[in-house]
Amino acid sequence: MRVRALFIRILRQIIRDKRTMALLIFAPILILTMLHLVFNGDDYVPKVGLVEIPEALEAQLNLDDAEITKYSDEGTAKTAIEEQILDGYIVFDKNIPSIVLEGSDPNVNGATMRWIQEAFKPLQPAGTASDLEIEYVHGSDDMGQFDYFGPVLLGFFIFFFVFLIAGVSFLRERTTGTLERLLSSPLRKWEIVVGYIVGFGIFTVIQSTIIVSYAIYVLGMLMEGAFIYVLLITLALSFTALTLGTLLSAFANNELQMIQFIPIVIVPQIFFSGLFNLETISEWLNWIGPFTPLYYAADALRNVMVRGAGWDEIYLNLLVLIGFSVFFVILNILALRKYRKI
Amino acid sequence: MSSNESIISIQNVSKAFGKQEVLTDISLDINKGEIFGLLGPSGAGKTTLVKMLIGLEIPNRGENFLFHEKMPSLKLIERVGYMAQSDALYGELSAKENLEFFGSLFGLKGKMLQGRIREVMDVVQLTDHVNKSVHNYSGGMKRRLSLAIALLHEPELLILDEPTVGIDPVLRKSIWDAFYELNAKGTTIIVTTHVMGEAEKCHRLALLRDGGLIAVGTPDELKENTNSSSIEEAFLVYGGVNA
Repeated sequence: MRVRALFIRILRQIIRDKRTMALLIFAPILILTMLHLVFNGDDYVPKVGLVEIPEALEAQLNLDDAEITKYSDEGTAKTAIEEQILDGYIVFDKNIPSIVLEGSDPNVNGATMRWIQEAFKPLQPAGTASDLEIEYVHGSDDMGQFDYFGPVLLGFFIFFFVFLIAGVSFLRERTTGTLERLLSSPLRKWEIVVGYIVGFGIFTVIQSTIIVSYAIYVLGMLMEGAFIYVLLITLALSFTALTLGTLLSAFANNELQMIQFIPIVIVPQIFFSGLFNLETISEWLNWIGPFTPLYYAADALRNVMVRGAGWDEIYLNLLVLIGFSVFFVILNILALRKYRKI
Repeated sequence: MSSNESIISIQNVSKAFGKQEVLTDISLDINKGEIFGLLGPSGAGKTTLVKMLIGLEIPNRGENFLFHEKMPSLKLIERVGYMAQSDALYGELSAKENLEFFGSLFGLKGKMLQGRIREVMDVVQLTDHVNKSVHNYSGGMKRRLSLAIALLHEPELLILDEPTVGIDPVLRKSIWDAFYELNAKGTTIIVTTHVMGEAEKCHRLALLRDGGLIAVGTPDELKENTNSSSIEEAFLVYGGVNA
């Protein structure tokens, strides 16, 4: 069968090209590991100054988990902030505290404010807001940012690498003249596209299994749902990436021009993938989201991995991804008409 | 070898890319069983003309017939072996894997395929290099492998675009011997070339210049009609330049 010959050839090519194989599998693993280390690192320890603190008060405060420096006047504390020795200080004017922050890094501000709230907790009467019991419908209080970003990033890497590799290999098929040779054989145009989908599809299943297993079992990414759903979603996403990549390669004359699609086609998808809260994106931009494949894949992946969703919650997203793929396949076949009309 | 049965008929064909006209009103018949040469400098439109014969280009005006059927047609493609100017090989794969791949596109498989691979690699004298990766092939070897692929499915009609570029004279002779051998078995061969000396080896020639057909005939006829001693001189006379 001709399609079989085509996908066997594609798999052989990928296996021969060790560097590309490494890029497809180890690059996502490396980046996920680094992100894991960056986001799940130790909590920030704020450096806080206490100015003219009454001793009785100091005994009641919870001063753990911060670097405390005591000052006898506000002037030296201010100098310490200017020199970036302190993140903030608390000044006690007649037992009423007020807070001054260095203020240039929002993350440090947040960490300092959280610490200050914790420190003052013992002073508050029991039963106020901070003592309320919190129940989590999904996730838990020790769920890190990595667990929330992770599913989106998994989808992104698979999309990115499959798009690039499939696009470039189809581009090469045009520039080396092998496409012309394929078209001077009885091979049908749809067989070319299907051969590519099957060849890269087989490879993507292996690639996603390795990457997803690594993220879950080695990095300990949160995984509430079933593994098979994650594979299904990544497979559907990679079909979209593949068909879009081969389609856009028709508009590139060389590898560099293929790379030029990254900032236009790939990067904007990150903004609408749920890495950032979609509700806060300005209104005249957020209509783009539903037109990007990653939007649906990221939503489905997050539903499965964080919220433990099953088939009922993801099948719509899968359908949309398949719809994108079918649409791109048709455009691909039309684009090939440029080379052979029948 | 040639009979008078025409298997290719090019009728009033013109082709333009955008505003630039590449072929102007070409009419030509090629007979079954001949080795037909398309001779002309680069840019004369040779490649465009052969691409139209296998259906990779569509004429703007006029029609092309292969085996008495109108091109393009997928059914006819199977009966044609085409070798383009670029080698069109997969560098990561071995010669054998390239042959296996293209062979199976034409429906060859199993023992039949392996037998054909041995035969064609023998014709182009690459039998010792069949398991080598194409990356490690020299330019001439790639050209020969490309030719081997075109021969693989035993086509009735071979269309070869500059088949002997970059091949040394000894090998060129052996490739032409292979052409004569295939021709003796009934294969019709169309060769494009810009090498005047090579043109003498064809049964009949068409001279192309700036997209127009300036003469058709056997090498001897062309020389006689122009009182020339070589094809090169004849080309100059037909091209309107006094030698």
